[in-house]
Amino acid sequence: MSGKTVSTPDGRPFPPGEYPIVVVGSGPGALQVSYFLGRLGIEHAVISSDAGPGGMFRRWPFFQRLLSWTKPYALVDRRSRDFERWDWNSLLAREPELRGIAAEFMDGSSDFPSRPEMEANLGAFADRAGIEVRYGCRWESTLREETADGDRFILTTSDGEYRCRYPVFAVGVAEPYSPSTPGIDLAVHYADTRDAESYAGKRLFIIGKQNSGFELATGLLQWASRISLSSPSPAKTSIETRSLVGVRARYVQPFEDALLGGGVDILAASIKGITRSSSGALQVTLARSDNAMPMTVEVDEVIAATGFTCPLLDLPALGVATFGQARLPAQTEFWESVTVPGIFFAGTIGQGAAGLKKHGIPSNSGALQGYRYNARVLVRELARRYFDISLEMAPLKVGDLRDHLLAEATRAPELWHQKAYLASVVTLDPNEGARDVGILPLTHFLDDAGPDAVAMTVESDGASIYPVVYVRHDGKTEEHALEADPLLDFEGLAHRRDLGTILDRITAGASAA
Amino acid sequence: MATRDEIADAIAGMAIFVDLARPQLLGVASRFEEAFFPKDARVLRQGLTGSGFYVILDGEADVIADGEKRATLARGDFFGEVSVLLGEPPIADVVATGPLRCIVLGGPDVEKFLVDHPRVMYRMLQAQARRLRAANRRFAQD
Repeated sequence: MSGKTVSTPDGRPFPPGEYPIVVVGSGPGALQVSYFLGRLGIEHAVISSDAGPGGMFRRWPFFQRLLSWTKPYALVDRRSRDFERWDWNSLLAREPELRGIAAEFMDGSSDFPSRPEMEANLGAFADRAGIEVRYGCRWESTLREETADGDRFILTTSDGEYRCRYPVFAVGVAEPYSPSTPGIDLAVHYADTRDAESYAGKRLFIIGKQNSGFELATGLLQWASRISLSSPSPAKTSIETRSLVGVRARYVQPFEDALLGGGVDILAASIKGITRSSSGALQVTLARSDNAMPMTVEVDEVIAATGFTCPLLDLPALGVATFGQARLPAQTEFWESVTVPGIFFAGTIGQGAAGLKKHGIPSNSGALQGYRYNARVLVRELARRYFDISLEMAPLKVGDLRDHLLAEATRAPELWHQKAYLASVVTLDPNEGARDVGILPLTHFLDDAGPDAVAMTVESDGASIYPVVYVRHDGKTEEHALEADPLLDFEGLAHRRDLGTILDRITAGASAA
Repeated sequence: MATRDEIADAIAGMAIFVDLARPQLLGVASRFEEAFFPKDARVLRQGLTGSGFYVILDGEADVIADGEKRATLARGDFFGEVSVLLGEPPIADVVATGPLRCIVLGGPDVEKFLVDHPRVMYRMLQAQARRLRAANRRFAQD
């Protein structure tokens, strides 16, 4: 369902040629974008160097168990929007039969699906939703061409040239990154970790204290004789940060082992170099972060769990600005390159549109439960801007506004998965009355000089989760945080009273209309 | 700009980090995150809670309070710390005047960072003292 689909003689869709949009990738981000484009009837091609759908889930995580959960028996209909809050792993769909698919493939052994279960979930979605991809087609380079009717981007691929106005790159953060530490060639990257049993009895040094480092440490606890993890800053868990920042609770066992002297060292130190001694052992030379004093650890193996970067090929040479160790493309609130208009991004790479990061807590745009909503917002924006497709904005009775917003704060999965990043917006135009605009990036709402409007978000300050309402009135925007609730229910009397007081100040005009 | 080594190189000569040895600079680069803002992007928003502590790596930004430009910040300057220290929303916007690269530390992490790095706290205090003195002089002249 990708607009006009033309097959080549080998049966593959989307032969080289001109398309309004070309989506690069076949991971969940690309599948989600193609799904929404197709449902709006926007012609596009999808190309991928992979042999099938799934992206990184075709191979990772290394120990074959995801970090994102799905609760199959949540007390809501599995085919409803409400279920999405309890399901981090299914792609979004309008059709009820395409919703909540992840739960179908879970065998009941964990609320965290296994990698094969996730791959099957994504494959089933692509198949049932009729998403077509030209697999085995590798994007190799990019050109921008000025034409009489606007710029075109030319994507050279292993199959030939694709021309389009708007490329959407959903290529993941998938290129192994290792620092330029002297002797780093003596280490292997996370991506090249061997089977666990091959580390039996080994002294193992892991560079990096993010989730990938602790995933390896957890999985190798029963095999390695000693495990040392190091990075310059202290490790924090998601429990300490009360967010998905930090090492996930699934991987806390190495922390306990370290605290109890159980053969795990968690070090805050920078690595000066790695050398091989005459005995064949590896010497990892470190400088402690607290006092700069040197120290050395002798080990048998070093693994660099130092993350991945974006495989952007020649896009930086085309002018796409990047930032951070992952070399994420810097993006607008609608996931467009800030330096090369017309180039868009989707999937995990969309975390380059950082949003406000209020209280230091990032969005979940790096994970499926976050970027699936970004994809829907992106496609709606592309449809509005470039394809003259205006989406219906449902009228709302002013008298229902308060309860509508509180219901969104309590249940809207977009707000729960993308805290302080996506907002549920209602406009209050004096001529048109109240309109449910739907989900928009919060930064867009804050920077947009539109009519009076209200935006509801769910936010966290690292201590509690609470709703925040942003009110735009006479060109000025105010922020009002509502109280937290121990049961996370924001539809009670206190919230109705408090939000009602805030809304009363701006709804008089809309009521009159 | 991207890796920890590159960020450590970039901040090595800045007044606020001048007392730190290389491993500590790498620790700073590891704790802060790099952020990029295009021209006209609002980095800090007047009246909005939850902001962070920023140090400019490259580019310039204007400080704008109630629509009036108050100052221009450049490489090595920092902002957002007053809001974080007082737990109150910023009283001014900080707006990129061109491509702007910063490192940023989330508000909840600032106290521990400063306690862990007393020399950075001292340099920050020095900078605040200079700002206070300048404000007092302006006040006296008015």
